[in-house]
Amino acid sequence: MRKVFARPKSMKDMPMHYCPGCTHGIIHRLIAEAIDELNVFEQTIVVAPVGCSVFCCDYFDCDAYGASHGRAPAVATGVKRVLPDKIVFTYQGDGDLAAIGTSEIVHAAARGEKITVIFVNNAIYAMTGGQMAPTTLLGQVTTTTPKGREKELNGSPIKMSEMLSVLDGSAYIARVSVHNPAGIFKAKKAIKTAFETQISGKGFSMVEVLSTCPTNWGMTPLKALKWLEENMIPYYPLGEFKTPTEVV
Amino acid sequence: MAKILMKGNEAIGEGAIRAGCKYFFGYPITPQSELPHYLAKRLPEVGGVYLQAESEIGSINMVYGAAGAGARVMTSSSGPGISLMQEGISYLAGAELPCVIVNIVRGGPGLGNIAPAQSDYWQATRGGGHGDYQLIVLAPDSVQEIIDLINKAFDLADNYRIPVMLLGDGVLGQMMEPVIIEDQYETKAPKEKKWASTGRMGRGSKNLVTSLHIVPEDLEKHNIKLAAKHEEISRSEQIWEEYNTKDARLILVAYGTTARVCKAVVDMFREEGMPVGLLRPVTLWPFPSQILNSLADQADNFLAVEMSMGQMIDDVRLAVNGKKPIHFYGRSGGMLPVARDIYQEAQKLLMEE
Amino acid sequence: MLEAILIAGFGGQGVLSTGQLLAEAGMVEGKHVSWIPSYGPEMRGGTANCGVTISDNPISSPVVTEPTTLIVMNRPSLEKFEKTVKKDGIIFINSSLIDIKATRKDVRVYYIPANEIAENIGNGKIANNVILGALIELTRVVTPGAVEKSLREVLPPHRHKMIPINLKALEAGAELVK
Repeated sequence: MRKVFARPKSMKDMPMHYCPGCTHGIIHRLIAEAIDELNVFEQTIVVAPVGCSVFCCDYFDCDAYGASHGRAPAVATGVKRVLPDKIVFTYQGDGDLAAIGTSEIVHAAARGEKITVIFVNNAIYAMTGGQMAPTTLLGQVTTTTPKGREKELNGSPIKMSEMLSVLDGSAYIARVSVHNPAGIFKAKKAIKTAFETQISGKGFSMVEVLSTCPTNWGMTPLKALKWLEENMIPYYPLGEFKTPTEVV
Repeated sequence: MAKILMKGNEAIGEGAIRAGCKYFFGYPITPQSELPHYLAKRLPEVGGVYLQAESEIGSINMVYGAAGAGARVMTSSSGPGISLMQEGISYLAGAELPCVIVNIVRGGPGLGNIAPAQSDYWQATRGGGHGDYQLIVLAPDSVQEIIDLINKAFDLADNYRIPVMLLGDGVLGQMMEPVIIEDQYETKAPKEKKWASTGRMGRGSKNLVTSLHIVPEDLEKHNIKLAAKHEEISRSEQIWEEYNTKDARLILVAYGTTARVCKAVVDMFREEGMPVGLLRPVTLWPFPSQILNSLADQADNFLAVEMSMGQMIDDVRLAVNGKKPIHFYGRSGGMLPVARDIYQEAQKLLMEE
Repeated sequence: MLEAILIAGFGGQGVLSTGQLLAEAGMVEGKHVSWIPSYGPEMRGGTANCGVTISDNPISSPVVTEPTTLIVMNRPSLEKFEKTVKKDGIIFINSSLIDIKATRKDVRVYYIPANEIAENIGNGKIANNVILGALIELTRVVTPGAVEKSLREVLPPHRHKMIPINLKALEAGAELVK
């Protein structure tokens, strides 16, 4: 019998703690597949954030670090500067990367740190109880924006991919979504390209993955996927914002 | 191995390099600038990396990454920057990562000023950040001792897997004294770090550097392990200097630059035949409590002298444990205690008897 | 022997490097030395100073608050530090730039037109060394030979051609107080 589907080698065989319908699991798998396909599992190191994916270093079977909230790019910088031949990636949520860790992500990108960042944007702080994130859409109801996010009070959501792509140090920046099979296929391709960018030493790479949080959004998993498509993608356009070929 | 004249801040840098430190992450702040200036030039010469971070928060987390990867790594700053680093220091302690953190203390609180001070004593010796932990804190009082202690700092850090802080002040950083410096210090710590997270590379199992223990039973177990380590350090690593304490009835207690001034005060008294001595803690944590407690059997009085409003005096009190009265003389805000003033303060205590 | 020397003047007058030269020379002679620059509140007002301690025994405190010898290169420094000098100590006053007299009667005071002498030798920048020459002649804290050796250490190689003129300044200062 031919095996057509199996657990990626880079992932541990264990149940995940993520809520039903959460897309973290899919994104984890795409990363693991990319690592396997590039055959770099033994030299890969993951830096986990604070937030729902704080346990991601339990699921990836490679060497790992737990960073403090927002500091994963700085930790990854320290690791990569000591071990320039290893593959170092961070896995960060929107609160972690786009609020408390803005300084670290911007400067890691500006320095052109040869690391890969997987940025999971689900427009909310999930672990702490559904508070407004820097990426929460205008009008979106959260536990700290009970009447919906107001521009006058909270400003507008931050578009990190666009922001980081203008820095000279960033080599590959893409935004993808995992709300449907076609999107997942493209996401996988972008994640692989990001790792390849690091392996070839071209500079900083980041993939922003639009993701759902049915629990804190208060929706069924299916409705959440639809909500992402209809509300997030119009504000957060998908595509590659910067590719290594542009790097001089 | 000739004698050379060296500035304290530069001695920290050169000492670190000779101790095998190849990585430095830092952010500019006065009055420790000569150290990063020196290392920015020297580290690339020895195949190391000097990287200026976006903030002290950035630097300490880079230290976390580099230490986790098994490297000998250092950062330095002063009061306000060290405050920013506290989050990272707590994580380093939690994850049991060895590193050396230099604090060239300046006047505080807040922005304070850039003049020498010892007012970060509490912060340094009580952990500094959140959680149940300690740092080893070393306080040299000469440029030669900086060189010797920086080497020891890296060994202690590696042996116990604990962050070590070198506490100095602007005077110590700026002054020049002759030093003898080895080409390469012989480390007494194990070179191989099997726990380091460096990529599995056929190891067969993963290494994880983290301070996260989500299950309370696990975290308690971890904290008990840390406490046992702290106890062992406390037992075996107290360092101090006794200066004319043998028959002393009044004992000054001071560290760092203040201890140097106090030595001059002791000299003044001894010239007059007065039984005054100095106990100089070299490790501020672990504080040399044992010796201080035994000196309390012989002395009538203790005088804690600090460049603060009185912080180390807490540890003197704990050590002496009520056996004898403890007095305080301090200058603050960047003012240096003058030998003549300490002398007068001490004289009052001698007259009381 | 313990000499605690305070050298003070305007920033840019080279008082820090003069102190360093003296400390280096003390070290060359196998003495205990320390050098400490003005720091903190002392730095206000554009004046710079450094304390150099040279001793046969280990130095307890490197901080020079009661100098045995004071060199002042400008007037604010004289006004500020005259009172700190130990009884029976020495004050060297750069009379080229300081038009007032010292008031202390319990110390020895030497007025040296250091800038004029230095200009005559050929370079105003070596005025400090004229006074340093006088100090060494009077206190014997280090030997002229040790200073000559130390100039090689303190000056960067491309400035070694300045050594002869520096030595001349030291000699001129020494002659003045012989």
